[in-house]
Amino acid sequence: MKVAFVGGTRGMGRALTRLLAERGDAVALLGRDAAELELSARDLTARGARGPVATGHLDLAEPDGFGAGLDAADHAMGGFDALVVTAADFAAQKDLERDPARLRRLLDANFTGTAVLCQQAAERLAARGGGTICVFSSVAGDRARRSNYLYGSSKAGLSAFLEGLGFAYGDRHVRVVCVRPGFVKTAMTAGLPVPPFAGEPDAVARVVLRAMDRGTPVVYAPPIWRLIMLAIRMLPRFVMRRMRF
Amino acid sequence: MGGLSIETVSGWGRRPVSRGAVERPEHLLLPPDGHPVLARGLGRAYGDAAVPATPGARVLETVRADRVLAFDQGSGRLTCEAGLSLAEVLRIFLPRGWFPPVTPGTRFVTVGGCVACDVHGKNHHRDGAFGAFVDRLVVQVADGRLVECGPSRERELFLATVGGMGLTGLITEVTLRLQPAESGWMLVETEPLAGLGAMLDGLRDAAKDWQYTVGWIDCLARGATLGRGILIRGRHATRGEAPAGPASEPRRLAVPLDAPEWLLSPVLMRAFNTAYYRMHARRPGRSARIVPYQGFFYPLDAIGGWNRLYGRRGFLQYQCVVPRATGAAAVGRLLERLGAAGAASFLAVIKDCGPESDAYLSFPLEGPTLALDLPYRGAVTEELVHELNAIVIAVGGRVYLAKDAVTRAEDFARMVPRLSEWRRVREKWDPERRFRSAQSVRVLGDRA
Repeated sequence: MKVAFVGGTRGMGRALTRLLAERGDAVALLGRDAAELELSARDLTARGARGPVATGHLDLAEPDGFGAGLDAADHAMGGFDALVVTAADFAAQKDLERDPARLRRLLDANFTGTAVLCQQAAERLAARGGGTICVFSSVAGDRARRSNYLYGSSKAGLSAFLEGLGFAYGDRHVRVVCVRPGFVKTAMTAGLPVPPFAGEPDAVARVVLRAMDRGTPVVYAPPIWRLIMLAIRMLPRFVMRRMRF
Repeated sequence: MGGLSIETVSGWGRRPVSRGAVERPEHLLLPPDGHPVLARGLGRAYGDAAVPATPGARVLETVRADRVLAFDQGSGRLTCEAGLSLAEVLRIFLPRGWFPPVTPGTRFVTVGGCVACDVHGKNHHRDGAFGAFVDRLVVQVADGRLVECGPSRERELFLATVGGMGLTGLITEVTLRLQPAESGWMLVETEPLAGLGAMLDGLRDAAKDWQYTVGWIDCLARGATLGRGILIRGRHATRGEAPAGPASEPRRLAVPLDAPEWLLSPVLMRAFNTAYYRMHARRPGRSARIVPYQGFFYPLDAIGGWNRLYGRRGFLQYQCVVPRATGAAAVGRLLERLGAAGAASFLAVIKDCGPESDAYLSFPLEGPTLALDLPYRGAVTEELVHELNAIVIAVGGRVYLAKDAVTRAEDFARMVPRLSEWRRVREKWDPERRFRSAQSVRVLGDRA
């Protein structure tokens, strides 16, 4: 694969880029922090990525720059055939509740920015015969909960978008993989209480890589979260209203 | 983001136990607030080396800062962030023909931790300790500056940081030389030896021809059989000697819960030690075998959480080294004292070290080193360690900080003649003692 990767410097993204590199795929790293991108590019190069690992600027909050970011990846790899987005904004709900500007930033990045980027990439991939778009949404988008519906709704919108994208571009051979991680122990979730069934980034990355290879439309990671979310989605509204989580 | 969480923190011996405000950043950087901080890797130091100076103090766990920054296939020169583990180094680079130049008895250690403890391995007699293979360090010092140091650049900081237990600054980047290895297989010979004299002679003889040597001793044997054990010699198997395919990973087991106290009873310990000796003694004189590197270097890595076998009270690991001239007699006295105390150990390991390094606090010196586990039974176990220390001090030996949990400051000062030099360098780079640990409070007199 030739993968344009947004968010590969950290957490689950870092783990997934390493699996790609170690099996000899080509990767271009897109993101905001040039110094971090450079360090991760060196890591992937040493681990066996095919060709030089290019880096380019892409910020989910700046849709005007998406074209240039995708161009950079295209240029470096002679046309990418997969886009992976693990980058997202995250904040504790209490910080979002009282700060409208902060909330808007999160919603813009996680839904608007990500959707606009994927739409653009889908057009490019379709025009050149197909490819894979793999995006990290979240189990938080499966059912709104009082304790994190602000973050969760950005992911609910994203999951809906990805489902539609997969339908719309399926016959033009663009496969869309919507990843819904449960709680995963990364720097993003550091300091939060760790619930049962928490996952590790490496294990999640292995599940996601298999899903990318197969073109699985929706993948939960760790897989147990499919059952957990099935149960939570079935809870009646009056129960959810009383739940504290 | 890098949130903090308040967690229980202890060394691998699970004694002592404290709490820390733990952060695991993906890029190593000191907190800008200037507060005291302690770097911690994979937590395999046994005692209190990676336990915070005060309960709740900042702990910077380096394990997520694990990027490989450069590797030269021609020379084996590796530059990495300090949190990269030897397990990862092996996984990535052994298939390309490169092996860590020095490895301790577990691969679940970080490269930064290997530098901070200046770890040694079964090849110390020939190759020296880990620091001998380090060309360059990047250290973030107390005032926040990133300082590059090495054997010929900021040499004092380098010599104080290698073996410096993380007390001179935060090691963020390491450049080291890996050693070539044709395969993941080891050619190993074992030989039963009937007593301490034979064991020490055997280790010295083997040192001439073998890259790796180590002895296991039955520390419950007394009298004429005192120090009896199994001598183990090994080297990397050549491509021709190695079986086809990579060295197989042994199946990993896990210890699911803390073992009950009776498992550590002297009777069972004695039975274990005797059975282990007999098992090897039955093998013909010098039997050579080809074995996977994992079993040779890391037998205990196959048992996840093996430290729980010592129960809830944990254990102390004791390792000392004594100068060659007085070594045999001193090791004999140590074993006799252990036998008299009935302080059984699952395993006692003996090894012949080579010359000491220039790093001020580096542990090894030329002579025999003895390492063993002591199940923690309260004050009597600590008192035993002080008695063992007295024997070691009397002959000019010292203990290993990566394992220590109870040595007194005044005893440590008598063991380490270069301590004042190290203190002078530390004073220069960290006058406020921003970097401190429970161990530095205990052994170096830092304020808590």
